[in-house]
Amino acid sequence: MRNWAPIEWTIALRFLTEGIMQTVFILTGIAMGVGVIVFMSAMLAGLQANFIKRVLTSQAHIQIIPPDEIARPLRSGTDIVEGAIVQRPSQRILSIDQWQTIRTAMKARPDVVTVSPTATGSALAIRGDASRSITLTGMEPELYFQIVRVPDYIVVGTSKLESDDILIGTELAKDLGATIGDKLNLSVSSGATRVLTITGIFDLGNKSANERNTFVALRTAQSLLDLIGGVTTLDVTVTDIYAAESIAQDISAALPIQADSWIKTNAQFFTAVSAQQSSNTLIRSFVGLSVAFGIAAVLVVSVIQRSKDIGILRAMGARRGQVLGVFLIQGGVLGLIGSLIGSSLGAGALGLWHGTARQADGTELFPLILEPSLFVIAAAVATLTGVAAGMAPALRAARLDPVEAIRG
Amino acid sequence: MVDVLALGQIRKSYNVGTPVETEVLHGIDLTLAAGEFVALMGPSGSGKSTLLNIIGLLDRPTSGTVSINGQSTAGLSESGLTALRGHTIGFVFQYHYLISAFTAAENVMMPMLVSHGRRTDAMQDVAYGLLADVELTRWRDNRATNMSGGQQQRVAIARALAMNPSLVLADEPTGNLDSVSADGVFDLMRRINKERSTTFLIVTHNLELARRCDRILDVIDGRISGQEAGRLSAPA
Repeated sequence: MRNWAPIEWTIALRFLTEGIMQTVFILTGIAMGVGVIVFMSAMLAGLQANFIKRVLTSQAHIQIIPPDEIARPLRSGTDIVEGAIVQRPSQRILSIDQWQTIRTAMKARPDVVTVSPTATGSALAIRGDASRSITLTGMEPELYFQIVRVPDYIVVGTSKLESDDILIGTELAKDLGATIGDKLNLSVSSGATRVLTITGIFDLGNKSANERNTFVALRTAQSLLDLIGGVTTLDVTVTDIYAAESIAQDISAALPIQADSWIKTNAQFFTAVSAQQSSNTLIRSFVGLSVAFGIAAVLVVSVIQRSKDIGILRAMGARRGQVLGVFLIQGGVLGLIGSLIGSSLGAGALGLWHGTARQADGTELFPLILEPSLFVIAAAVATLTGVAAGMAPALRAARLDPVEAIRG
Repeated sequence: MVDVLALGQIRKSYNVGTPVETEVLHGIDLTLAAGEFVALMGPSGSGKSTLLNIIGLLDRPTSGTVSINGQSTAGLSESGLTALRGHTIGFVFQYHYLISAFTAAENVMMPMLVSHGRRTDAMQDVAYGLLADVELTRWRDNRATNMSGGQQQRVAIARALAMNPSLVLADEPTGNLDSVSADGVFDLMRRINKERSTTFLIVTHNLELARRCDRILDVIDGRISGQEAGRLSAPA
């Protein structure tokens, strides 16, 4: 025996296929709406992932630095109030006090992945008559390269660092006319100098970074900056990048150091992302609403067109609930089919856009992220929206007085 | 034997409680016995349609009692009325009112479908049988819209019989047909009445047809003013 669908489904589907023009038009409308939503969501997710990747492959999630040095006025006595003017002291390059202990404490945390000590300061790179001021970052390559992927950015040479080696950016190499194997004379404000050999040239994708950033072994920087055994920064990566700020606050509260998360140091970036997200949400909501109103409008017209059919069905013993079901099902089916077409359209358009839109350097503008969950969510939300949009017309149909409906 | 229909002092007013309250039915008493074939006549505005709607449980009287097969409808809820209507009363309207999205057979099945909730093979057999009865076997899988007016009205009659109702209410079933088709439809109803002992109440303006019924009820100004036996047909 053939297993037939409930009668509400049969009637709903017949109504939809009989008014095929109407159905096609509203499906097109829904599909376009859902397509826009899917396209925007996937593109935004891709762009964000790309931004975050770019930001977080060139810096640590959390930087631990010594606390600022502050001056305190001396008190003349317990009851004497003084309007002291306190001048902010200049910040010397200081090592983090007891940094090995702090590193051990950090490593013990389950939410911390990598801890990399660095000694950072400014220096002058001199080659012949040319000199440029640079930021000297001394680090342990095996740890630091897990955080900032310098080896990925090397264009010439290698990222291997011995105690007399240095990695420099493309701009600095150009300015100094230097290349692999050439010697650079480094000089710091204290007067210490050292001659280092260029083993690699990197391109971080940013002109000023390529001009200023240089990398040397930790010991080399420590000796140049007069920080023997000391480090200025502990770079930390964490498991959940969005929890970085709370972890940083936790660390600052527990230890006598200052911890800055990438969220705090890139506040502007974060604001931009959240502004983009809220404007995107707004657009998506309005597109969703217009889809819902489109479905409702078509079903309202359908109820008017079908009022005689509804009256007859009611006269033949159809319950109000069955009539309600017929129109809710129509709303849901329109939403579901429209969203399936729309998701395919959105994904197709995204693929096309991804193929044509390129960055200045020819790499992709954003990674193509098409999560299956996006489509499932889009289909579910569109179906529910369809059912919700069908509610008003369906109630109207269910409340039709059969006598009035048949008389017209 | 229990009467198929018993109306007791049916009154119906519109705009109750307002200054323009109008009573359109003034205390109607009526009984229909099983197997009767009755014509209901009367000028427009006399209250025929209102009476038919009350008998068909599509409307409730302002006062008075309606009993179908001895069961009073007074205490029934909206859904109770709907269920009783679906199982005991068949409707044939002036315009066929078939649902155009379905075939003739599916239209005939519709009362069974809404009552049972989903289709069964048995329903199709019943529908095919009824369509054979109304001589439309050839057309049973046609869309309702691809048939002539007379054929559509025959489908509507078959549909009215789908739940094997004890009472069929027909509101000017031949009013929209040419005289040959009208005769055919009337004869069909008469035959079914004889074969199945289904009670028919037919609203008509056609005196010729009315006279072929068992009884003629005249409704004038909201009252049944006279009853006469049909001439051309002996009472069952």
